[in-house]
Parts: sequence; C-alpha cells; structure tokens
Amino acid sequence: MTASSWLRWGLLLSPLPAMFLALQVGAYAVPWKEVWQYVLFSSGREAVSEQMWAILFQVRLPRIVLAMLVGVALSASGTTLQAVFRNPLVDAFILGLSSGAALGCALSVAFLPGVPIQVGAFVCSLTAAFLTFFLARTRGEVPILSLILAGVIVSAFFSALVSIVKFLVDPHKLASIVFWLMGSLSLADWQAVQKSAPWILAGSGIIWLGRWRLNALSMGDAEAKALGMSVSRERGLFILAAAITVAAAVSVSGIIGWVGLMVPHVVRMLVGPDHRRVVPVSMALGASFMVLSDTVARTLTGGEIPVGIITTLTGAPFFIFLLKKRAQQSWTT
Amino acid sequence: MITVSDVSFQINGRPILRQIDLTARPGEVSVLLGPNGSGKTTLLLCIAAQHQCRQGLINLAGHDLAELQPPTLARLVAMVPQDHHPVFPYTVRELILLGRLSRVSFWGQPSREDQQVVEEVIGLMGLGHLADKPYTQISGGERQLVLIGRCLAQEPQILLLDEPTNHLDFKNTTVILQLICDLAHQRELTVLLTLHDPNLALLFADHVIMLSRGRVAAAGLPGDVINPATMAQLYGMEVEMLHQGERRLLYPKLS
Repeated sequence: MTASSWLRWGLLLSPLPAMFLALQVGAYAVPWKEVWQYVLFSSGREAVSEQMWAILFQVRLPRIVLAMLVGVALSASGTTLQAVFRNPLVDAFILGLSSGAALGCALSVAFLPGVPIQVGAFVCSLTAAFLTFFLARTRGEVPILSLILAGVIVSAFFSALVSIVKFLVDPHKLASIVFWLMGSLSLADWQAVQKSAPWILAGSGIIWLGRWRLNALSMGDAEAKALGMSVSRERGLFILAAAITVAAAVSVSGIIGWVGLMVPHVVRMLVGPDHRRVVPVSMALGASFMVLSDTVARTLTGGEIPVGIITTLTGAPFFIFLLKKRAQQSWTT
Repeated sequence: MITVSDVSFQINGRPILRQIDLTARPGEVSVLLGPNGSGKTTLLLCIAAQHQCRQGLINLAGHDLAELQPPTLARLVAMVPQDHHPVFPYTVRELILLGRLSRVSFWGQPSREDQQVVEEVIGLMGLGHLADKPYTQISGGERQLVLIGRCLAQEPQILLLDEPTNHLDFKNTTVILQLICDLAHQRELTVLLTLHDPNLALLFADHVIMLSRGRVAAAGLPGDVINPATMAQLYGMEVEMLHQGERRLLYPKLS
C-alpha cells in the first residue's frame, strides 16, 4: 500500500480508537482493561459491577454512537453542499439548514405534539435550503458571496422565528428548547439513537452512493448537463439528502456548528478533492471529531459544556483562516 | 452527422439566429466563421442543447435533439466549453474520468473498463506526465487538451468546440487543431468548431460555414468560401490574399 492509502485507511478507521478512548474517560473512569473485557468478551459481565456495566452501555455507548451519527450527518451534508453549490465555504449551518431544522423542532415541541420532530425539522430545513438557493441565484449562477449572504439572511430569519416560538411557548417547555438549542449530546440515550439513525443512514447513504456524481455537479450546471446529468433533479436529490441528515442530527443534538465546514476541508487537504474519497473519509473523520469533541465537552470541567461551544471554538478560527487564504487567491465567482 | 434546418433563436426577444440551415458530416472538420456577435457560440449551444431551441429542427446522428435525454445526448455529443471555472483541484485523470459519467448508472461507480478508456485517452493525447497533477495548476494549452480528452472519454459521435484556440499560443493553436483534424479523420467524428481566424480555417477546415448577423452567409469548401470578397463583406473591411503554391494567406489591407 502507498502512503496515501495508509493515510486513507487510518482516517476511515479513526472512529474506533476514538470510541475506545471515549468509553474510558468521564466522571467515573473505566480502566481500558475492563473496557476491552466488555468489548471482546461480553461474558465478562458478572466479573465487574452492575454499575460499571450501566455506565458503559446505558450512558456512554449510546452517547458515543449518537455523537458518531451526528458527526457523519454534519460532515456528509457539509461535503455535499460544498460540492453542489461549488463553494468550499458553506455547510448546513452557514446556509441556514440548521436554523431551519431548529425551527421545525421547536415548532413540533411547542405546538404540534402529534408531528414527530424529525419530520418537522426536515420540512423546515428543506425549505431553508431552497430559500437560500433561490435567493442566491442570479441568472443561473450562484456566486460565492451572494450564497453566503443568502445563508446569513435565511439563518437570521429562521432564528427569529425560533425566538418567537420561545416567546410564545409554555415556560415548562421553554427550558428544554433552550437547552437543546445550545447544541449538546447530554440527553443522549438509545431512544435518541433509534429515532435519528434511520434518517441519518438513509440521507448519508444516498450521498455515499452518489458520491462520484458530486464531482460532476461541482463543475457547474452547464458542464454537468453536457456530461449527461439531469442537473436540477440530481441537485435536488442531493440537497434533499443533506436536509434529511441535518434535520435528524439537529433533532437529537440541537445546533452544532462548524463541523460540516471544517471536516470536508481537512479531508480535501489530506486525500485530495475527488468525492469518491472525500465523502467516506469525511464521514469517518466527522464521527471521530464529534466523539472527541463531546468527550472534551463532558470531561473538561466538572459540569457539562455544550459540545456546540467546543466545535465553534475550534471551527470559527479555522473559518477565518480559510477566508484569509482564499481572499489571497480570488473572490470572484 | 449534424443537420440543422430552419432554426431560429431569440434571447429576451432579440433574434440571435435566423433560419439557420447547415450540415456537418462525419469524418470532416466543419468550421463556423463570423464576426463577434454573429451567433456562432449560440448556435453551438443550441446544438449541445444548452439553449433550448423551439423553432426549427436539429438532428444529431439520426436523432431529433428535442427527444434526447441528458445521458443519451452526452453519449452522442461532447462539447469543449469556452470558459471553464474550476472550483476543486481535481487531478487530470479524475477530470477526464468524468467524461464517462453518462455511461455509469446513477448509483454506480466508474468500472475498470471506464478507467481503461481514460488511460487510453491519456495515452492518445500524450498527457501521461500530467495525469496526477491538479488540472488547476497546468497551462491553458494543457487544460484545453485535458478538456478535449474528457470529451473523447465520452466516446461521442459528435464533437463541438467553442473557440478551442482561445488563449493559446502560436504553437499550441497548431497542435490542438492538428489533433482535432486527425481525430475527425481517423475516428469518423463529426466535428463542428468556431474560429476567429480565417487563415486557420483555410489550413484546417474541410467545410466552412459563414455566419453573419445570425444567418448563414455562405457555406462550402474553404477554398471556395474564403476569399477577399466574402471576407470584406462579412467583416466590412478590405482584405487581401497572398498565394504561394496551395497555401493562401489573408491579411487586412492597411492604408
């Protein structure tokens, strides 16, 4: 194997050591030997206390699995949106898909108990995506700056609607909405995994299967069509898939920014721009990054820091770095 | 084979093409000549179905253009774009591979066979030393070659090129046009391209179509169509011609 394929496989397998690390650390440290015992020999259960079993399998493991799912969702959608909009500076957060999903969740928690929050989140997130797209599009082109501006506008609009919901809602429900909006995995359990996994797997499955076609879409409408794509139909499908994954992720973890922007970028620097490699490696790296960020979030202080704060603290400086680097090249188109 | 009959086209109500009739045959290089704004690019874009043309008929290798779906069309016609704005720095090999897109199913990945076609194209075009380079970091002439390569990977019957010599230096112009001629003659490709320089048309074309204000002003063998009289009429300037053996050279008459 060449150095680059070693690197690729290393990245693809990175969620495993991340998971192993995350199982050990926390308020109640579990030595790695015992984690090993559980993972490899499930029969070891009698040997160690009931309490430790509960910590590993009822508290930490569901949280780790959920973090991985959210990481996959955010980075897969980020990769897709960057390719579809031919713009390496966007992700679900910047384009307003996350705020849209948040509004959907808040609405269904506050006023529509009959509607599953994933459905509400999906509908609003998809609306936000297409709103941003049509707002940014001028004469068949989607310029970089106007796309980011459109995203800011749509984000602000949906955030304002979320605020209205917060203002109107029953105070008992308010606390849960506010806490969840901060972006945290502290409420993770197997039920949350069960509710979000099918959506996230379906959406990222579409993206994974269609990953080579993202290369063609990133050439622009005219060329993609000349290469034989039904452009608006396929672009619509990819945006839909991104919206599904983002909506499901937001519905269980709130808004966690920057992962979807940062991860695909780092991956392109490491394995090159071909989406046949970028998509799977981004998913893997997104999963590891979320697990590690969440581990930091729950162990750094005595209490819990919302993981959204950790990812923003790492992501915002990274975005500034990208902007600066890009500004030196060119800003047009 | 391209057959265009009675095609008219407007943009925002302004007529760009008026009742165009033309034929481009397989194994020949057909060249569209004409001043800026005469409708050359628009005509190519209509034939490539990038513009939706509602008046008149366009027939490509026996198929009515209006009835062709994007994947079928891409297996029939390939077009080298005039402007190309890359965003992601794909390698030359990855870019040429995209030419296979219309032959891979929606959920599929390119097969070994597709990779093989790409390697053949890379060999044919002499791009081996560039294959693993980002195509954003190669010269304009090399990029033009790569884009033609991507079209060949489509294995089309018809090849359209919009000013393929744009931005190219003296030597690259010759290299690219010679290559296009060889491809047309050896592979029985129908080639239709636009040029600005009538001298290049004299050197390389098998068939010339002159456009003036959206109409076909003349069509035929380059030697018959390109002469000082037609050029003067087309461009509204005085033109003279030098003869040496079979070669002819047009140049503007300076006062």
